[in-house]
Amino acid sequence: MITVELSSLKPGQKGRVARVTGDAAVRKRLVDMGITSGTEVELLRVAPLGDPVEVRVKGYCLSLRKEEAKSVKVEIISEGNRAR
Amino acid sequence: MAERKVITVAIAGNPNAGKTTIFNHLTGARQHVGNYPGVTVEKKEGLLRRGDIEIRVIDLPGTYSLTAYSVEELIARNVVLEEKPDVVVDVVDASNLERNLYLAVQFMELGVPLVLAFNMSDIARARGMEIDTQKLSRLLGCPIVSTVGHRGLGINALVEAIVKASRESMRPVQVRYGHEIETEIKKLQDAIMASGLVNLNKYPARWLAVKLLEGDSDVLAKVPGPIAAASQGARNRIENFFGDPPEVIIAEQRYGFISGACQQCVRRANVEARHNLSDRIDSIVTHRVLAIPIFLAFMYGVFYFTFALGDPLADLGGSFFALLAKSISNLWPPGVHSSLQSLIVDGIIAGVGNVLVFMPNILFLFLAIAVLEDSGYMARAAFIMDKVMHRIGLHGKSFIPLLLGFGCTIPAIMATRTLENRRDRLTTILVAPLMSCGARLPIYALIIPAFFPRNWQAPVLWSIYLIGIILAVVSAKLLRSTLFRGEAEPFVMELPPYRLPTLKSLLLHMWERSALYLRKAGTIILGLSVLLWAMSSYPEKPGLEQRYAAEVSRVKKECVVKQLDPEECQRKVAELEHSRQSEALEYSLAGRVGRALEPLVRPMGFDWRIATALVGATAAKEVFVAQMGIMYSIGESDEESEELRTRLRENYSALVGFCIMLFCLISAPCVATIAVTRQESGSWKWAVFQFTGLTLLAYVITTVVYQVGRALVAGG
Repeated sequence: MITVELSSLKPGQKGRVARVTGDAAVRKRLVDMGITSGTEVELLRVAPLGDPVEVRVKGYCLSLRKEEAKSVKVEIISEGNRAR
Repeated sequence: MAERKVITVAIAGNPNAGKTTIFNHLTGARQHVGNYPGVTVEKKEGLLRRGDIEIRVIDLPGTYSLTAYSVEELIARNVVLEEKPDVVVDVVDASNLERNLYLAVQFMELGVPLVLAFNMSDIARARGMEIDTQKLSRLLGCPIVSTVGHRGLGINALVEAIVKASRESMRPVQVRYGHEIETEIKKLQDAIMASGLVNLNKYPARWLAVKLLEGDSDVLAKVPGPIAAASQGARNRIENFFGDPPEVIIAEQRYGFISGACQQCVRRANVEARHNLSDRIDSIVTHRVLAIPIFLAFMYGVFYFTFALGDPLADLGGSFFALLAKSISNLWPPGVHSSLQSLIVDGIIAGVGNVLVFMPNILFLFLAIAVLEDSGYMARAAFIMDKVMHRIGLHGKSFIPLLLGFGCTIPAIMATRTLENRRDRLTTILVAPLMSCGARLPIYALIIPAFFPRNWQAPVLWSIYLIGIILAVVSAKLLRSTLFRGEAEPFVMELPPYRLPTLKSLLLHMWERSALYLRKAGTIILGLSVLLWAMSSYPEKPGLEQRYAAEVSRVKKECVVKQLDPEECQRKVAELEHSRQSEALEYSLAGRVGRALEPLVRPMGFDWRIATALVGATAAKEVFVAQMGIMYSIGESDEESEELRTRLRENYSALVGFCIMLFCLISAPCVATIAVTRQESGSWKWAVFQFTGLTLLAYVITTVVYQVGRALVAGG
């Protein structure tokens, strides 16, 4: 299984969370917000200045800095084709 | 038994779940807003009567979880553990069920009687979600009431469920974490019970054990050493087995439990169609090119609303107080200077005026902020600005308070309430006075035309503002890398769906926060204003009154005898009055402090007159101008006084003029700022730190500028 960092997804791409790494506080916050392994995440958009990013997880929208998105390893499940 | 029964209810829930609306519907206007002791978190309480039952409602901070990582979460769980409410109501956003239930599951673990309010059930239905609440209620072991907060639906049913839950102590179901973890929980639980050292009435043993496995720092500090050590061993065993730390596994199991329950009880019609409108708004509002212009337009709107609409009202208030002061002054015969008159007019009325003059701006600001927050735009603003703000160690949300600082520091500091993290909030509060506020403008308006030729005026003014911004950025970075060091707070923030705010909740938000300013900061501002008045009025110079009174009557007699022009005569009397004021101020404590400070302010190029006016300027920055007028015996002047500009030119160089502006920009914020910092940071410590820190910074920078400037002038 090939995993990539959540931060490297392109807008519209979906992935399934494989692992959450990073320091304890960040990791705990991420899993509390529902980024747990096996969950589907979709990268919705990148902020106008290039950071942070917005993802959809468990049906709601969450923003996180690329720094934090790096600690989420995902397996790409769909390329997505959002007409934007 | 007492005939009146009192039930305590704590209202919990995720941010944006509509907790506040439910709280407001329950308690109406009978609320009390304050802060939790020592922290910046708002504490709201209200009362509600149902027959012979009185229900005390505590509003807990909105949280997503109950960890020890944030103050809000710690408060929420400590209130539940320590105040032992009879019932906890968890307000759940039914349209975002899984993540909202994650908090509910943790309250279930705390073993308190729990009622779930499935709020926004109309939105959930509109999104094609059908929730079998009866079945879900059985699976979770707690009653569920459907509500629509903004329309007040389901509130009666909620009250009934609360009363019922307080009678039957129904225990919610517990999440099971699988064999490996349950074994460790059991071992720790037994050890805790055997030790007898922990107050188990307060803390459920199973909850303690789970928290220990999660490595919760607060609980680790509460249990005896051997148990803490044992929990570390258990954590290691679990991590070895699963390959992930226990807190991650436990969170996953909780979500697993929720997802299982939802699969049985929730039917979704069309999953992909959800969030459609919000998504479309977002594609414009956070658009790569459009986002920043839209953001700036909104910020301009807030600014306009706060100051352009607030200032005329503030001016109106100002005129009212001036009129009041005048009519009270007229109660005394002209030419008589009574201490009581001075206390009432210059001390109390001026002080009350100082408090109320900010009210219109504060009301409008909080209304504007309530619109931004309730509509969901605030989170987008943070999303857009975070990259810039993160560079200086702050949060995206810090941008708005700092921007408001250009208008007035008071609303700016109050706007930091939107920041959830204490370190971000304190840093923003501490540097906010460096954004040059409107009250400093009269000082610049007086000095710049006095010393600088026309084509230099704009660049000088611009440089002052720029220096303020640069210093704020540098200080924020410095504070974040020294005093408020520590791992950067994760910017993991929900972007809630856009919502149309209701007028009622907007007005309530506005009023609550403004009233807090009036009650808490108001009293301090009034007190300090009277103190500063006393400083510039006392002690009185013996014989001063009589001497000038004699002088005035001599001049008046002379006028009659020599048949002088009445205007000429009035001018002479006014001159005498001005020099009386000047002499009185010089003799007063403020004047003496000014003189005593002279050696200290010399390196900045200042004399005792400037120092005295600076002491007065702590009441409000613009007072500096009036005080300089008094010092130069030309009476209370405004920033357009050519006479005062001439005096300044005669006595000081352009370099000193620039240094005065620089010092006024950076130094000691006004008493209102001190009071609001004290109120918002929850302690005098930060107010004192801000005051001394900024004054010291101003001193160092102004001295360097003056000395270097003088050397350059001498050398060139």
